[in-house]
Amino acid sequence: MATEYRRIVKDGLWDNNGVLSMLLGMCPTMAMTTSATNGLGMGLATAAVMAASGLLVAMFRDKITQEVRIPVYILIVASMVTLVDLMMNAWMHELYKVLGLFIALIVSNCLPLARLEAFASKEPVLKSLADGVFMGLGFTLALTAIGAVREIIGSGTLFADASLLLGPGFKFLEMRFLPENTGVLVMILPPGGFLVAGLLVVVKRIFDVRAGKAIQMGGAHSAA
Amino acid sequence: MKNGSLKHATILGVFCLGFGLVLAVTDRLTVGAIKERAMEDRLASLAQVIPAAIHDNNPVTDAIAMKDGQGEELTIYRAMKAGRVTGVAYEVHGIGYGGPIKLMLGLDPEGHILGVRVTAHKETPGLGDKVEEKKSGWILKFTGLFLGNPPADQWKVKKDGGYFDQFSGATITPRGVVGAVRGGLEFFAANKAKMMEVK
Repeated sequence: MATEYRRIVKDGLWDNNGVLSMLLGMCPTMAMTTSATNGLGMGLATAAVMAASGLLVAMFRDKITQEVRIPVYILIVASMVTLVDLMMNAWMHELYKVLGLFIALIVSNCLPLARLEAFASKEPVLKSLADGVFMGLGFTLALTAIGAVREIIGSGTLFADASLLLGPGFKFLEMRFLPENTGVLVMILPPGGFLVAGLLVVVKRIFDVRAGKAIQMGGAHSAA
Repeated sequence: MKNGSLKHATILGVFCLGFGLVLAVTDRLTVGAIKERAMEDRLASLAQVIPAAIHDNNPVTDAIAMKDGQGEELTIYRAMKAGRVTGVAYEVHGIGYGGPIKLMLGLDPEGHILGVRVTAHKETPGLGDKVEEKKSGWILKFTGLFLGNPPADQWKVKKDGGYFDQFSGATITPRGVVGAVRGGLEFFAANKAKMMEVK
């Protein structure tokens, strides 16, 4: 039992990481990693949606027939995204002003859909919830890492505006490494996203090879 | 087969109905709060171009609608004190490097600029985005200027023979902003009477 959950945690965070192994969700990954804070915010919002939709699909997995499962999954993901969007706008408005643009982008992310299909449609409720949470956190980890590299080289800062996202207590995260306007601009433009994401995928594969693991590629459906 | 299709359609229909209901209920619960937040946001952005000291009203509720130069609907937010209009603010548009730049322009009754702020743009980070107040102070230099200071034909960037600085590496963005502000001032000059009118 415990080993199953350990497997889910390891898979989500590292082994089968949504971005660095499965190369899924590249649209929000490219768009939202111009800073570590943006990556973190996008990742956490996605994790919330993945946890909720994983839970719902697992709950109804016996009722959803094979033929209509994809539209039902899309319906569930889109509904969760809309709920999060409305509630954050109304009751967490400061956070919404920072994250608002990203929330709708979660629908265009195929990682939640892939996990519903590969995991939540076959597994019990609690395990599906855990898979959603840890796949989401793995996504957060990857986006924050890509964002951090792009931000340090591109703008010379790290976690700029983190206090807007996480609250004033996190002001200590905000750092500056280079004087203003001296960053390598291309890193925060779209090409920088491809460069850094590609390099981090290489780094992860080097770790995997060192650890003697077979390289997983495009493993959206690989055993979870 | 027929029964199968009916079953699948029913399942899909039930899910659509269920989530539709959930969304409808959430919308009803949040719609009021979202409206309030939108009003607060608008007032906060207006406060940057109309100083709080010159009015005691809510410029959003005292707004009037007008047609702009292109015949589009334009909302004129009006600051009032003691029944007189003490300032107006409205949105103006310029064309930047990455598409339209939206600005909020605040003016006093003489047509002097109280403040200009960029509200939306898609300019290049690190180059064109210096028109944002939080990236550089460039946009603040408009405060106090009017058509006449500098003279109307000087409302251009230096590269085009005008008064305003461009940024190194970015001329198109400031050109768009200066053009938009100038257009906004000309609009004021042509419509001043209507904007000042209090019923």
